Amino acid sequence: MSSSTLTPSTPPTEQDRPSAPAPRIVPRRRPGQWAAAVVLLVLLALAIRSVLRNRAFQWDVVAHYFTSTAVLRGLGLTLWLTAVVMALGFALGALLAAMRLSGNPVLRAVSWGYVWLFRSVPILVQLLFWFNIGALYPQILGVRTVNLLGPVTVAVVGLTLHEAAYAAEVVRGGILSVDRGQIEAAQALGLGRWRRSRRIVAPQAMRAIVPPAGNMLIGTLKGTSIVSVIAVQDLLYSAQLVYHRTYQVIPLLMVATLWYVAVTSVLGVGQHYVERHFARGSERR
Amino acid sequence: MSADLGEHGTTAEGGAPSEGNAAGAVRAVRDAADPAPGQAGPPLPDGATAREHRTPAGGAPAMVDVRSVHKSFGAHEVLRGIDLRVRAGEVAVVLGPSGSGKSTLLRTINHLEKVDSGRISVDGALVGYRRCGDRLYELREREILKQRTRIGFVFQNFHLFPHLTVLDNIVEAPVSALKRPRRQAVAAAERLLARVGLADRAASYPRQLSGGQQQRVAIARALALEPKLLLFDEPTSALDPELVGEVLDVIKDLAHQGTTMIVVTHEIGFAREVADTVVFMDDGRIVEQGSPAEVLDRPRHDRTRAFLSKVL
Ligand SMILES: Nc1ncnc2c1ncn2[C@@H]1O[C@H](COP(=O)(O)OP(=O)(O)OP(=O)(O)O)[C@@H](O)[C@H]1O
Ligand SMILES: [Mg+2]
Repeated sequence: MSSSTLTPSTPPTEQDRPSAPAPRIVPRRRPGQWAAAVVLLVLLALAIRSVLRNRAFQWDVVAHYFTSTAVLRGLGLTLWLTAVVMALGFALGALLAAMRLSGNPVLRAVSWGYVWLFRSVPILVQLLFWFNIGALYPQILGVRTVNLLGPVTVAVVGLTLHEAAYAAEVVRGGILSVDRGQIEAAQALGLGRWRRSRRIVAPQAMRAIVPPAGNMLIGTLKGTSIVSVIAVQDLLYSAQLVYHRTYQVIPLLMVATLWYVAVTSVLGVGQHYVERHFARGSERR
Repeated sequence: MSADLGEHGTTAEGGAPSEGNAAGAVRAVRDAADPAPGQAGPPLPDGATAREHRTPAGGAPAMVDVRSVHKSFGAHEVLRGIDLRVRAGEVAVVLGPSGSGKSTLLRTINHLEKVDSGRISVDGALVGYRRCGDRLYELREREILKQRTRIGFVFQNFHLFPHLTVLDNIVEAPVSALKRPRRQAVAAAERLLARVGLADRAASYPRQLSGGQQQRVAIARALALEPKLLLFDEPTSALDPELVGEVLDVIKDLAHQGTTMIVVTHEIGFAREVADTVVFMDDGRIVEQGSPAEVLDRPRHDRTRAFLSKVL
């Protein structure tokens, strides 16, 4: 029965002769996989062809606006907003995670409550809420709220508070992924609390934090486009402002989309290197 | 206050550990209330006959002094009145079935685990507490960490830091806990690596080493703090049989140089060869302790006999 699965050209006696060369290994053929690949590639080529051939995409308009000042300025704001929200969000998230893992029940409860609240409220509602906070508190510390909280500040505050709730869980998961014995070994060696966190726990937690954080970064990049509802001129809103004037809706959406794709690709490459950095020591020999 | 710490080393309650001692144990705060003043060094643990090759001074104070220690996890009492003395330069080997509380005892000695009552001192200083009048106040973390730098701990599963090279694993504590200059710490680490036979692996990461090599690095890491006491919790239990010998050789070497050690192990041959005192624990109590010959060859208790018949 098993001889039928071996290469039939090999006579059975040859295997037993010690002087004969070892039988060559022939991988199993996979015609189904080949067929599937060919079909997919053909479909893909057809789709690309139709997109490039379709005049309604107006690729010349896309090219024209791709590097226009308004779009580039919008791109700059989107990148800035993403960076600030990620940095502040993860800083606050790390604090929340530390609170959640502390021995103090009050800190734990507050952290839990924060995550519960800010994960439950839709980000759109939050942005509109902060945008209209002046209705609840016309003055903050003697300053008119409207002056204190411009649209961009509202965007940063709203997105950061939202981001922090998710970052807290990502960081907490990372910390929990570190073997308890690592912390005990550090304690037994007399390393202080801060040194233990920074030198022993954080680098190992990063391995579990980076992949979901990369996801969040890309999500935030695109998620910032929601600030168009409070008239912050990010990438998408800048493109929208143009097509409101020129009615070239599809080409300008393509401009914004291509930029999002480009930045996401660069971030993906960056993530690869960050992951490799934190994986050091984990491979054998 | 160090004066308070030092005092404890000379307060002996006298007598060998007894069941009555354990039953009458009170909470840590009150336990320290009635010192017996004026007594000289603590009594020797019964049968603790020091070997010639590193005889400590006759009345040497105990390097480790454990007094009626109790410890529970929830309703489960894991240590039920432990009394143990180990003098400077001695090797105590702790034997006992799984779950008898050996690891917990070791962990209380460097305050990785807090005791519920009783007290422990190492080199004359109370571990984890400061005595003030009739109270024991728990030390601040910084002070506890400082005490731990004088007590080396070697874990069953090594617990090397996987993201640091072998050298950085060893250098970390001297630099950050003892504030040694890095160059000096590196030089010392290289000497230690040579001593455990791994001079050429300084730049490797722990996962690139065999289990036996990793445990030898872990021993070097513990030695880097120049501790007065080394605690080993089943240092060879996670190793393939052919790697056990290389780790035991390193530990034997340390024993011959007069390092004070408490070793939890199931290696009876090792116990016979290097132990000054063999301690047999069962169900949270020390059932029997004495010289290897006494405990291993002429055990007095049925439980010791039953255990030895299984592991020998
Ligand atoms: N952190 C903990 N929480 C609850 N129970 C614990 C904890 N640590 C230990 N125990 C329990 O205490 C008992 C003694 O454990 P310990 O690890 O000291 O035994 P051991 O003698 O070292 O056993 P082994 O030879 O298996 O290592 C066991 O029943 C264990 O389940
Ligand atoms: Mg154990």
